[in-house]
Amino acid sequence: MVTYVVRRLMTAALILLGASFLVYLLTAASGDPLEEFRVNNSPQKQALMDARTQLLQLDVPAPVRYFRWLGGAAQCLVPFANSCDLGKNIAGQPVTDALGHALVQTLTLVTGATILAILIGITLGIITALRQYSALDYGVTFMAFLFFSLPIFWVAVLLKEFGAIGFNNFLRDPDVPLPVALAIGLVLGVIVAVAAGGALRRRLTVGAVVFAFVSAVLIYFSATLWFKNPGLGPVVIAIAGVGIAFAVTLLSAGLKNRKALQSSLIAVAVGVVLYFVVQPLLNQATFLMIVLLAIAAVLVGLGIGYLMGGYDRGQSMRAAAITSFLVGGMILLDRFMQAWPSYFDNSRVRGRPIATIGAGTPNIEGDFWILGLDSFTHLILPTMALILISLASYTRFTRASMLEIMNMDYIRTARAKGVSERTVVMRHAFRNALIPIATIVAFDIGGLIGGAVITESVFSVRGMGFLFLDGISHTDPNPVMGVFVCVAITAMGFNLIADLAYSALDPRVRVKA
Amino acid sequence: MSQPSQQDEIMAEDAALKGAPAAGIEPVLEAKGLSQGQIVRKRFLGHTGAIIGLVVFAIIFLMAFTSVGYLGIPGWWKYNHEQVSALVNDGAPTSSLWPLAWGEHPFGQDRIGRDLFAMTMRGAQQSITVMVVIGVIAGLLGVLVGAISGYFRGWAEAILMRLTDVIIIIPALLLAAVMAQMAGRRDSGSWFASFASTNGVLALGIFLGLISWVSLARLMRGEFLSLREREFVDAARISGASNARIIFKHILPNAVGVLIVNVTLTMSAAILTETALSFLGVGVKAPDTSLGLLISQNQQAFATRPWLFWFPGLFIVLICLSINFIGDGLRDAFDPRQKKFNAKKAREADAAAGAPAGSSAGASPAAEKSAVTAFDGTKDD
Repeated sequence: MVTYVVRRLMTAALILLGASFLVYLLTAASGDPLEEFRVNNSPQKQALMDARTQLLQLDVPAPVRYFRWLGGAAQCLVPFANSCDLGKNIAGQPVTDALGHALVQTLTLVTGATILAILIGITLGIITALRQYSALDYGVTFMAFLFFSLPIFWVAVLLKEFGAIGFNNFLRDPDVPLPVALAIGLVLGVIVAVAAGGALRRRLTVGAVVFAFVSAVLIYFSATLWFKNPGLGPVVIAIAGVGIAFAVTLLSAGLKNRKALQSSLIAVAVGVVLYFVVQPLLNQATFLMIVLLAIAAVLVGLGIGYLMGGYDRGQSMRAAAITSFLVGGMILLDRFMQAWPSYFDNSRVRGRPIATIGAGTPNIEGDFWILGLDSFTHLILPTMALILISLASYTRFTRASMLEIMNMDYIRTARAKGVSERTVVMRHAFRNALIPIATIVAFDIGGLIGGAVITESVFSVRGMGFLFLDGISHTDPNPVMGVFVCVAITAMGFNLIADLAYSALDPRVRVKA
Repeated sequence: MSQPSQQDEIMAEDAALKGAPAAGIEPVLEAKGLSQGQIVRKRFLGHTGAIIGLVVFAIIFLMAFTSVGYLGIPGWWKYNHEQVSALVNDGAPTSSLWPLAWGEHPFGQDRIGRDLFAMTMRGAQQSITVMVVIGVIAGLLGVLVGAISGYFRGWAEAILMRLTDVIIIIPALLLAAVMAQMAGRRDSGSWFASFASTNGVLALGIFLGLISWVSLARLMRGEFLSLREREFVDAARISGASNARIIFKHILPNAVGVLIVNVTLTMSAAILTETALSFLGVGVKAPDTSLGLLISQNQQAFATRPWLFWFPGLFIVLICLSINFIGDGLRDAFDPRQKKFNAKKAREADAAAGAPAGSSAGASPAAEKSAVTAFDGTKDD
């Protein structure tokens, strides 16, 4: 095992050396960094050219420059020396600084999108696998192919137009006319009726309920100007919390486990009570406090489950912990919604909250909630674009993996010995289907940092992709190299992790030392 | 074809006889002793999505290459992508569905009066050209590298696979930028610069082809690694077949399914790459046009002239979608475990909750690729 890892790491280092040499030469050969001075006629032309030549050491041949760069970059490997030197960009700024800033921007952009895409994709994949050859399956399969074929820059421009400009216009006067509300309700009702399984009668009932509910909610929202002053309030949190409690128990322990259900319901009750308690506390919120509160919520859930006990204490604890975490999330969402009107009327935002470019409103001031909403409104469109694009592969892969598992002998054995369908799916099938997915997820995370070049350029996020493109267009090797090294190291590292994870999760696969 | 196809057939026959009780699976035709090619063709033609994809792609292909002409041959459409004409109806599209009419400028015109239909068709030509060039180059190189490293193993494999590793992490964007820069310097007089500046899209396709063979090579190597251990290879070697004969006559026909499917998927990804590079300004450049370049030029005009944005995007999606469906159909056709499934028959047979056998529909291309690389390490060394 150790031999294997060491050998992989050595190979990776050699590959990195070779590839970085090539990348450096290619970037250097791709153009002339002095071109902008050659065409201009200013009197200090020669001085400017000399200054840049000295800054970028243009008088030295590119291969030699590469080895000088390598010498600086090698210092990054010395731990705690703090002498990392990746060179300077064309403006004389150290690349390490720019890289750090860009990395933060890119990570905030891609993290949420990736997590959501994985969650939604795996869920859809499992549902379509369980209901193979249903209308839902065909619909999702077609959508997956469609999303897979969409050019992301096209989607991004569409989202900007309809998601930002259109929605902002709507928010100025948030009035949903009655026919529109009914039409939206009808469309959703039909979709649900088609997607829901079972007999025609059941489908129609479900569709009608969804139609009535959605239309009523939209009419209510329109009448009370909810879009201007959104909020959930304790009542909605309580009702939705009960729903969450049932759903979580159903999936994690089964409704027959009464103790687990009771623990979850108690967690919801505690959450609703705490809703009033934490409101003053939340007014002084910081990021750390939110994290601590989230941990506290999980701990409270675990405690409730522990005290309820039952024949399977672990299941009660797990159900209650997940429920209380989700209820806590709703309380957080409610608090963000409370801050919405003041964000909406902020002098910097001027009533057009959904932004099309950038990662934040310049010079905005406010508390945690305003700033949080600000980054949310900036992130929502690129996140949606990234989710749409990456959803397809997760859905298809999970579906294929799940179908293969559902045909295994041990699934038949489990059914034959009388295990409930929930346990078969969640415990026997789902866990084993996750093994190949885990490797893909690791692989994708490795490719994340460099994977959003186009999204970043369309939404003007100054992340890694921007740095890379900018470096290429100015024939500036140092930022390009910085981005390349970061991306390549994470990609190869996670590739190794994916291989190791596979053999750790699936005992049949062994890495050969 | 060689023995294994017969073997597969027997296996398929067995499966067909055994698998009869599974609901909704048609009594399989391959039991009649068809050749592998016939089975594949039958399965492919039975795949509705793939046939629709094929038809759509054929229509687009014909339209793109006959309408505005290609390689100097004039087409039937009255404008070309550079010609400026007077604005009709302020450039709005003149085509309509009801009454069905084509009009003077069916897709509209841009700000200076160029015909969008001609530009879109030219862009579709470019995309299809790039796609085919990438598919051919990547397929050839991938087969060659995969076959050599998978069949001969040893130092050839070590060198080639490390080379693959190096190329796989070099960003395509950088190479395209380098190529664009070199093509831009047409005065420097090198043969490449003059070639690239006259055949921009061809050069782009060749460049992208030279880097997109890597995943294909890994897949082919995996196939060769497992196929070279089979008995029929031993038999061929004992009867005195040369290495080249074993590779091309005995192993390659058995790996052709994986090859065709993945070349198709590489091609559909290639269209998106080309349009994305053109969008970023390092692919096809003005005055020539491409679908990505059209979108990039017109994204600011979305509020005033949305059609300039809709039609190129629609064609990208249509081409890519049809290729993906064709690829999906091919994968189903080549997968011996796949049985034709008929949902109606399944319902009639009152299928129980158990999912029908042999339904491991393929994963998406990206997923498949990474899965292979994941296995790669464990198989390695």
